[in-house]
Amino acid sequence: MTEDLPRLKEPYSTRGQQREADMLGVYLFLASEIMLFGGLFAVIFVAHYLHPEEFIAASKKMHVAIGAANTMILLTSSALVAIAVKAARAGQTRPVSLCLALAAVLGAAFLGLKAYEYWSEYQEGLLPLPGARTDFTSPGEHLFMNIYLIATSLHALHLTIGIVVLSLFAWLIHSRRVKLPAGATATETAATYWHLVDIIWIFLFPVLYLAR
Amino acid sequence: MTENPPSYLDAGHTIRSWLLTTDHKRIAVLYLISVTFFFLVGGAAAGLVRADLLTPEGDLLTNEGYNRAFTLHGVIMVWFFLIPSIPNVFGNFLIPLMIGARDLAFPRLNLLSWYIYMLGGLFTLIVLLVGGVDTGWTFYTPLSSMFSNGHVVLVAAAVFIVGFSSILTGLNFIVTIHKLRAPGMGWGRMPLFVWSHYATSIILVLATPVLSITLVLIAAERLFGLGIFDPSLGGDPLLFQHLFWFYSHPAVYIMVLPALGVISELVAAAARKPVFGYSFVAGSSIAIAIIGFFVWGHHMFVSGQSMYASAVFSFLSLAVAVPSGIKVYNWTATLYKGNILLDPPFLFAMSFIGLFVVGGLTGLALAMLSIDVHVHDTYFVVAHFHYIMVGGTISAYFGALHFWWPKMFGRMYPLTWGRITAATIFFGFNLTFFPQFILGFLGMPRRYHVYAPEFQTLHVLSSAGSTLLGFAYLLPFVYLGYSLVASKRASANPWGATGLEWTVPSPPPKHNFVEIPTVTGRPYDYPVDKEDSR
Repeated sequence: MTEDLPRLKEPYSTRGQQREADMLGVYLFLASEIMLFGGLFAVIFVAHYLHPEEFIAASKKMHVAIGAANTMILLTSSALVAIAVKAARAGQTRPVSLCLALAAVLGAAFLGLKAYEYWSEYQEGLLPLPGARTDFTSPGEHLFMNIYLIATSLHALHLTIGIVVLSLFAWLIHSRRVKLPAGATATETAATYWHLVDIIWIFLFPVLYLAR
Repeated sequence: MTENPPSYLDAGHTIRSWLLTTDHKRIAVLYLISVTFFFLVGGAAAGLVRADLLTPEGDLLTNEGYNRAFTLHGVIMVWFFLIPSIPNVFGNFLIPLMIGARDLAFPRLNLLSWYIYMLGGLFTLIVLLVGGVDTGWTFYTPLSSMFSNGHVVLVAAAVFIVGFSSILTGLNFIVTIHKLRAPGMGWGRMPLFVWSHYATSIILVLATPVLSITLVLIAAERLFGLGIFDPSLGGDPLLFQHLFWFYSHPAVYIMVLPALGVISELVAAAARKPVFGYSFVAGSSIAIAIIGFFVWGHHMFVSGQSMYASAVFSFLSLAVAVPSGIKVYNWTATLYKGNILLDPPFLFAMSFIGLFVVGGLTGLALAMLSIDVHVHDTYFVVAHFHYIMVGGTISAYFGALHFWWPKMFGRMYPLTWGRITAATIFFGFNLTFFPQFILGFLGMPRRYHVYAPEFQTLHVLSSAGSTLLGFAYLLPFVYLGYSLVASKRASANPWGATGLEWTVPSPPPKHNFVEIPTVTGRPYDYPVDKEDSR
């Protein structure tokens, strides 16, 4: 039975204490991530307040369909990750690795669609990359696209890290290098990170795509 | 004593056993060495600035060189010394010992924080070698994003990286304090040092990411022309100041809250009395942390923000004086009728209180809109923040070093030399920075190296003081270094102080406690029988 329990590490006296500490650590880390994006949201709201009309005009040029499709993809992946955590606690190896792998694939699909979206925007002269042809109708629109590019690429970076983490866990659990339910807490920490990346998108989507 | 396990210093002698250690005490020693190094580098830059200001023409440095010298002084001292000094050295060493834990909650993460700190430090040193940066440590846009010809992105990367180290350390402290307290150690029984680090950690975790995103935005603007702050793109340079000070004002409390925690311990041990109003002193740390998040606008009274915003920020800034005052009054009440020992830690604590009060009262003056408009961006401000951040924090840092040195290394040092150092630092500090209040009030702006000749006398006084101060900062290297090789061994509790850290041998064994203690009483249960080994 001892294999079912996580290894008790150095400073802890009980496994319950260790699990609580691990989860508190993850939540604090995610709180700091929320403050990181919180700074960006503050920028978005201030810029929107300064240029209301231009922001709405710029937002109307966004590819809402792609954004909406990506929202659905991420929500589905989050559901899969939540199922994986349930299954991990129950010690079921196969569904856990399957759900995590599927979620990672959906994450990759998100990135693929995002890349296609960037490409379309580049073609339309909307992407404010250095050297790119751009024809903005107003400074406000330029500012909007700057913020859009920074916010979505920072989110994509977090998503990429999430994909790596989920794939790693899927493989570790599939190959039984991490045993369940002993590894349930570790699975849960990875899942919680994924939920955060999802939640950040849930807020980015309306303030960027639906600000009209 | 033979049944005791070997001390943490004797638990391994290879370089590997230090560089791959997960023992919080060894990591504290690693931090002690590295922050000392950065203190010397930052101090050298300060010396350069003060030497240049000896003459009104600024003969020593070029305009550009002067800008780079004070910027590096600020960047290194703020992010590589003042912010990490007390938490990462003494917090790391003492928090697990004080709450009866074997280590921090995440020992490997703790080691990782040190490596991240060193990586950030390496970036800073590279910047130093390739020529530095000229924006001031505040990186105000549009200077930093468009016009500066220094290495802004490299410095921003250094500060971004070291911010990660801060976040991880803060996270580790919070989890440790929540989950690893010994049986019986309720929140009302925690030492005040631990309380103040708890408050500090909250700021570290919640404010540092805002600085990180601000630095990312500067780098994006500078590297890719993604202007967020550039008015020609509809951006707002003031937005930068809001974001920057949302972190950097609380950062002042990151520096001073741990210092306040140190002083509470020092004052109680020196007076050999329980801390007066324990729960108020503990709560005031949390209050300072919370109010600290809502005062950033006082940096922007003359920036063009709305008058109503300024009025609100002025009020909130004045409010910080309440919890700060609670601490000072309660220390005074603790000392009242105390059986006071004139040991070096106590003298450093007195030095702290003196400098903190001057810095705090001039802070009240600066929080007033009308006075701030008069002295904004003058040497008055420079003197004020040096009194708090440097006078306060470094006095407490040296106080902590002199108080816990026997615990950390198991050796006593010559107390007389400690007393001389404390007195010289106090005198040198006041000689350096008090003339700057007058300079600022007379209208000398900060960051100028060519100035009107009538200011020269005050500048010369200030530079003389800084020489004395620099000398005093170097003294402990001699006698503390000497104590490591030639002094007599310290007992477990040389000051007769309370607290779990004094119940273990000096230096403590690798796993701190043979058996996790059970706490049965309140903290600061003085007087304690002293084992006189001094």
